[in-house]
Amino acid sequence: MKQRRQERVDRGIKARSDDIFALTSYREMLYVSVPPVLPVIGLIILPLILPPYWQKVLISTCIFALLAMSWDFLVSVGMVSLGQALFFGVGAFVAGALDRFAGLPIWLTIPLGTVLGGALCTVALLPVLRLRGVYFSMVTLVLPLMLERCIEATGFFGGTEGLAGLKPFASKWIEMYFVAAVVLIALFGFRRLLTTDYGLVLKAIKDNDRSVMSAGINIYWLKAQALFVAGCVGAFCGAYMTHVYMFVGMPAFALDYSILPLASAVVGGMGTFAGSVMGAFILVPLSEALRGIGGLRTVIYALALVVFIVSLPEGIFHYIQRKYHQFERWVEVEK
Amino acid sequence: MNESSQTHSRDVLLSVRDVSKSFGGVRAVVAVSFDLYKGELLGIIGPNGSGKTTLVNLITGFVEPDSGAIEYQGRNITGWMPYRIARLGIARTFQMVRPFAELPAYKNLIIPLFSPRVKSLMGGRYGDRDSVAKDLLEEVGFERESSVTYKAAGSLPHGYLKRLELAKCLALRADLIILDELFSGLSIAELASIVPIIEKLMVEGKTIVMIEHRLRELFRIANRVVVLNFGRAIASGKPAEVMDKDEVKQAYLGTE
Repeated sequence: MKQRRQERVDRGIKARSDDIFALTSYREMLYVSVPPVLPVIGLIILPLILPPYWQKVLISTCIFALLAMSWDFLVSVGMVSLGQALFFGVGAFVAGALDRFAGLPIWLTIPLGTVLGGALCTVALLPVLRLRGVYFSMVTLVLPLMLERCIEATGFFGGTEGLAGLKPFASKWIEMYFVAAVVLIALFGFRRLLTTDYGLVLKAIKDNDRSVMSAGINIYWLKAQALFVAGCVGAFCGAYMTHVYMFVGMPAFALDYSILPLASAVVGGMGTFAGSVMGAFILVPLSEALRGIGGLRTVIYALALVVFIVSLPEGIFHYIQRKYHQFERWVEVEK
Repeated sequence: MNESSQTHSRDVLLSVRDVSKSFGGVRAVVAVSFDLYKGELLGIIGPNGSGKTTLVNLITGFVEPDSGAIEYQGRNITGWMPYRIARLGIARTFQMVRPFAELPAYKNLIIPLFSPRVKSLMGGRYGDRDSVAKDLLEEVGFERESSVTYKAAGSLPHGYLKRLELAKCLALRADLIILDELFSGLSIAELASIVPIIEKLMVEGKTIVMIEHRLRELFRIANRVVVLNFGRAIASGKPAEVMDKDEVKQAYLGTE
């Protein structure tokens, strides 16, 4: 009996080599260079063409893209965080406090909020670094909720009122292009980092931590470093948004900042960072576009999520990448 | 003192003193003591569940003993973290071979080559890890520049995976290599190619501990064996002598 089967074939240039290309024509050069250039062009043009409301949406999209990349990075090292809100909230409050109580200018509060926030989160999570799997996740889930209640109960950092009237950015263009640039740096930086030998070792911890330890490598120290990097990216988001809102308060620890990045990375495709960005650029605008619908907004949003995950479980980015690098054809096979 | 141990120096490299470990109610290792001499190949044998792998885990720090002490080069390493013990030059393989599946075979060796131990041995420089890794693979029998070197480790045949494990120990430049059931699941032909690698390591002066079920192959290369049964060391000595003892026969063949 004859049957038809779909066959996947690597495109010529992809088949010739996995990562080193011998470019012989403009067509091949374009093939290799277009994918990385697209997000750069997109993030340069979008602020110019979007109406003011959607410019604000772009900013929060970028923030969720960064949080998603930070989440994706932690997952690559074998740590599943359910508490990106911890990084976001700590960064936000550090920047807010430095502005209000120390009177520091914005170009100091954001870097300090980023680094101090990352360091504080790393220290807070040090005791649970040795826990594997779901135990680590549970602690990350609980910590931001706990901090939120602490602020409410003690009244520190403005308590339930929060800290208002913080310094804004000099102009909305600086505001937009600053965060867009950080997204690009994080995107290419993370992708590059994981291909270095250091990155290979980080990923190996996820695959088989016992084998890495028996190579004489202190995996807890490496995990702490990874946590610091991811924490800094998350804390940057918080510090930056503090100055966009000119306000910081308890909502900085909201569950949204934990869940939406996770959803973005899963919908977009894990382990690539480009997938995280792509996921955020689909989910966040979608959520805004659905605002007009009213009551059923969350239901439709959730349905869309389910459709994405069921139809493309590998993630949108992996799907597009495969289509780009391979073509498919039907072949007859004997059964 | 037997003849075979006189052929190499009497320096004790590793000394296990009265080490015990229980898991719940199960006494996995009970008051085991033995010395390991520099340059020898010691076999550890015993029926399934006799505590061999637990003993390896105790020596390499993956399991902490309930009592007893382990000394390496005169230093008490009891209770040390596995990575600190590995840095002293104790490498091990795992019974269940789990490579870094997505990485090409040679990239698997980047991880041990990244070790601080390798860095300090190379005078603070790591050098070109990729080419060192390919050399190491050749040493354990991967054909130079063959496709297996570049294949994802997850898709390698079993025999190559075992060699890859061995190469990880070589990458660490370990003085003491502990091989947990390296021979299991290998064909006669694969064994014939892997045994000479171990013999070469012995010539180079490495100290080797082999946990094995394939006694015939082990006895051909081992200087000495320790027999475990129900967590206790019931015999030790030259391979042929040990197998003549009644306790050992009973352990392997069972009693009424």
